[in-house]
Amino acid sequence: MTIEFTRHTLANGLDVLMHEDHSCPIVAVNIWYHVGSKNESPGHTGFAHLFEHLMFEGSEHHDSGYFEPLQGAGASLNGSTNADRTNYWEVVPANALELALWMESDRMGFLLPALTEAKFANQRDVVLNERRQNYENRPYGLAAMAMLAGLFPAEHPYRWATIGEVSDLHAARLDDVQEFFRRYYHPANASLAVAGDIEPEAALALVGAHFGDVPPGPPVEPVRAAAALDRDVRLMLEDRVELPRLYLAWLTPAMFAGGDAELDLAADLLANGKTSRLYRRLVFDERIAADVSASQNSREIAGFFQIVATAAPDRSLAELERGIMQEIARAIEDGPTEDEVERGRVQAESRFLFRLQTVGGFGGKSDQLNAYNTFMSDPGYFHRDLDRYRRATNTSIQGAVTRYLSGAGRVALSIVPRGRPDLALPDSARVDAS
Amino acid sequence: MTVDRSRLPSPGAVRPFTFPPIARSSLPSGLRVWTVRHPAIPVVTFMLLVTRGAANDPDEQPGLAALTADMLDEGSGGRSAIEMHEALGRIGAQFDTDVGPDGVMLTLTVLGRFTERGCALLADMMARPTLAEADFSRVRRLRLHRLAQLRDVPGAVAERTFAKLLYGTHPYGHTPIGDTQSVAQFSVDDVQAFHARELRPASTVLIAVGACDHETIHRLASEAFAGWDGEAGPPAEPGRPLPLPPRLNIVSRPGAPQSELRIGHVAASRDTPDYHALVAMNMVLGGQFVSRINQNLRGDKGVTYGAYTGFDFRRMPGPFALQASVQTGATARAIHESLSEFAAIREARPVTGAELSLGVAALTRGYARNFETAAQIARAVSQIALYDLPDDCFAQFVSRIERITTQEATRVAMRHLDPPRMTTLIVGDVDAIGRDLGRLGLGEAAVVPSDPDIFQG
Repeated sequence: MTIEFTRHTLANGLDVLMHEDHSCPIVAVNIWYHVGSKNESPGHTGFAHLFEHLMFEGSEHHDSGYFEPLQGAGASLNGSTNADRTNYWEVVPANALELALWMESDRMGFLLPALTEAKFANQRDVVLNERRQNYENRPYGLAAMAMLAGLFPAEHPYRWATIGEVSDLHAARLDDVQEFFRRYYHPANASLAVAGDIEPEAALALVGAHFGDVPPGPPVEPVRAAAALDRDVRLMLEDRVELPRLYLAWLTPAMFAGGDAELDLAADLLANGKTSRLYRRLVFDERIAADVSASQNSREIAGFFQIVATAAPDRSLAELERGIMQEIARAIEDGPTEDEVERGRVQAESRFLFRLQTVGGFGGKSDQLNAYNTFMSDPGYFHRDLDRYRRATNTSIQGAVTRYLSGAGRVALSIVPRGRPDLALPDSARVDAS
Repeated sequence: MTVDRSRLPSPGAVRPFTFPPIARSSLPSGLRVWTVRHPAIPVVTFMLLVTRGAANDPDEQPGLAALTADMLDEGSGGRSAIEMHEALGRIGAQFDTDVGPDGVMLTLTVLGRFTERGCALLADMMARPTLAEADFSRVRRLRLHRLAQLRDVPGAVAERTFAKLLYGTHPYGHTPIGDTQSVAQFSVDDVQAFHARELRPASTVLIAVGACDHETIHRLASEAFAGWDGEAGPPAEPGRPLPLPPRLNIVSRPGAPQSELRIGHVAASRDTPDYHALVAMNMVLGGQFVSRINQNLRGDKGVTYGAYTGFDFRRMPGPFALQASVQTGATARAIHESLSEFAAIREARPVTGAELSLGVAALTRGYARNFETAAQIARAVSQIALYDLPDDCFAQFVSRIERITTQEATRVAMRHLDPPRMTTLIVGDVDAIGRDLGRLGLGEAAVVPSDPDIFQG
């Protein structure tokens, strides 16, 4: 099981990955810029994402909306920004590959001449509305901001959420956009994947013609920052919610680092699905929680493991905390059963194979090639990634849980209904979030 | 090779795409078995579709279809709920239950080597669920917790309230999840009765798409579904006449930074002869990123992250609705702009040739990408079963859409959009926006209880 590919690096440093798949007459064009909110600094948060919006507002040779010509050719398209990278993709009928390459290369090479103060102001308003819709006006929507700020030290670039602070978005200037583009949006900081119904040689020639002349930019230094948490932190946020919710989190290894896959498997066996230990205990048997889930959130330079549980009506977050910590203690004591390990392995194998069903979009084959190339410098990392899950054992999972989820250094965040701070875990410090 | 940047490259010749054939057979019970071979990846997606849904909830029992569907994976035969999910986990299955107004759908995706076990588990869930009291009380309690949580989700409050406003006591007058009063009174007998009455093979299709052949699936189905029989009750009927809701309604959400909006009315059913023209017209109005509505509210004014319109085509006439979340201070303006766009596309600014070509191209040129994965194909096939569509509806879609003219688009806009009859619902901060609303000319805003469990239309 793998994603076959070829890799070519153009003279300007652009990595070009090609994958042939003729099962559907479509082509995915997917481009990653290795820049995200971790390249920002305090006071300037939210910028990488705001910039992503501007990439859809036209470039020098097509100075109007990015969507129109592509939708007119039958494309589906989107982009996204996270802490570590910004990606853009089009899925076009096979006959429109050239158009997609033209459009992507024009905004890589010629964005700034088309940028205006009016576009900038408009997209800032749109982003402020995105923030209102997805964070401020959504129950528990500000939990992520509070948790990141609790886990990571001042100056650490994972301390803020990618959407950014409102005051920072208001303070952003058009000059910053130009500087940001020159620094990060150039071929040597990007990876382009073309996957689907293509003839690789012809497609590569088209890529070379469109992207070959874009000048390389300055090298981008890797972001380095250390995070450590040696004490327990308790935070509390009042929100427009009916049921209190508890978030517990620990700092954990970065993406693909030792222990990362084991913690991913541990998240499933602890809290994902009806057979998981915490679901059975808190939701199924004791009925003190309305829901529970867990995740290993691994990022490029650090990770965090998080368990989230919502209290059933009239049950306390302290009860949830006790149940969760006892189950973690039990996992440390005994590790997973053979049956749990085997199910985790089959589920991982299935998920990896299901991911091969589509060439484009978020998580499709083109996106995976770029992810592996950007983070591991190896587009062919798919099977090694899967092997991390295949090789995990009772002992290795138990070891990761023991190492990262015990001892001091945990953030407990209580989200409680407005006016009910008494429902938070005792001694929680109020967080000011907006 | 140098690139000409003075103009955009034009796409080359379209590569042909044909929808794969559907192989069909039936079991003596009436269960239909439909398969599509899609061998690209060794994966099989099963979709079990019953053409009875939330619209078949008994009058006083909104939410019963959804709760019954939610009980199906809670154990069957000798298997407990936990054992059922362990069995699903052992084959790495991806399992999902979906309940809409017109159907209940179970979807299960497995690696090819687990085809037989996947089919057997799906049959156990649908044909032989235990439906035990202990599991029922737990599942009902969780459903009540969920309903409590949804009171804080503006989009969910808007969906539930808008359905009630538009449809009243009609079978589409509630969202599938139902309401607290109703769900709190369900008993396990109600669930067993719904299962016995509505979840029957004669109104069900088993769809399998992937690396599988029809004979095998037919054989597996006839073994796995053996003993499940019976006719379902009659399809839902409209019953009482639709209500005449106030033109402007507001659910109070003090201090909300945005207003969640719905604007619309009951429109067309899936079998309307105007289906293709409405789909094309809606692309121009609000069905895509570059539509008039999104361009107006997001592109020009920046007052929302996105605004869309859609016709929800169902077995009976479904709603046409705009949905958007707009910044609080711009609420009245956004409503005014939206209603103006609906009026304009009928008369003052009818769909232009350029707009229509763009909408048609967006629908047709990339049509193939809707059929890339097994799950996508299964979903498409399920539409045939759900709405009694002809087999060639996918083969014909592109040419039917391409034949739509601007006159057609205008005709269906005039016929199916009726701005004076539209109902507007706001979930937002009454104190901050109340004064502006007076200028809309929609009359006094009716204040709807903020708890959708209380609102009875």
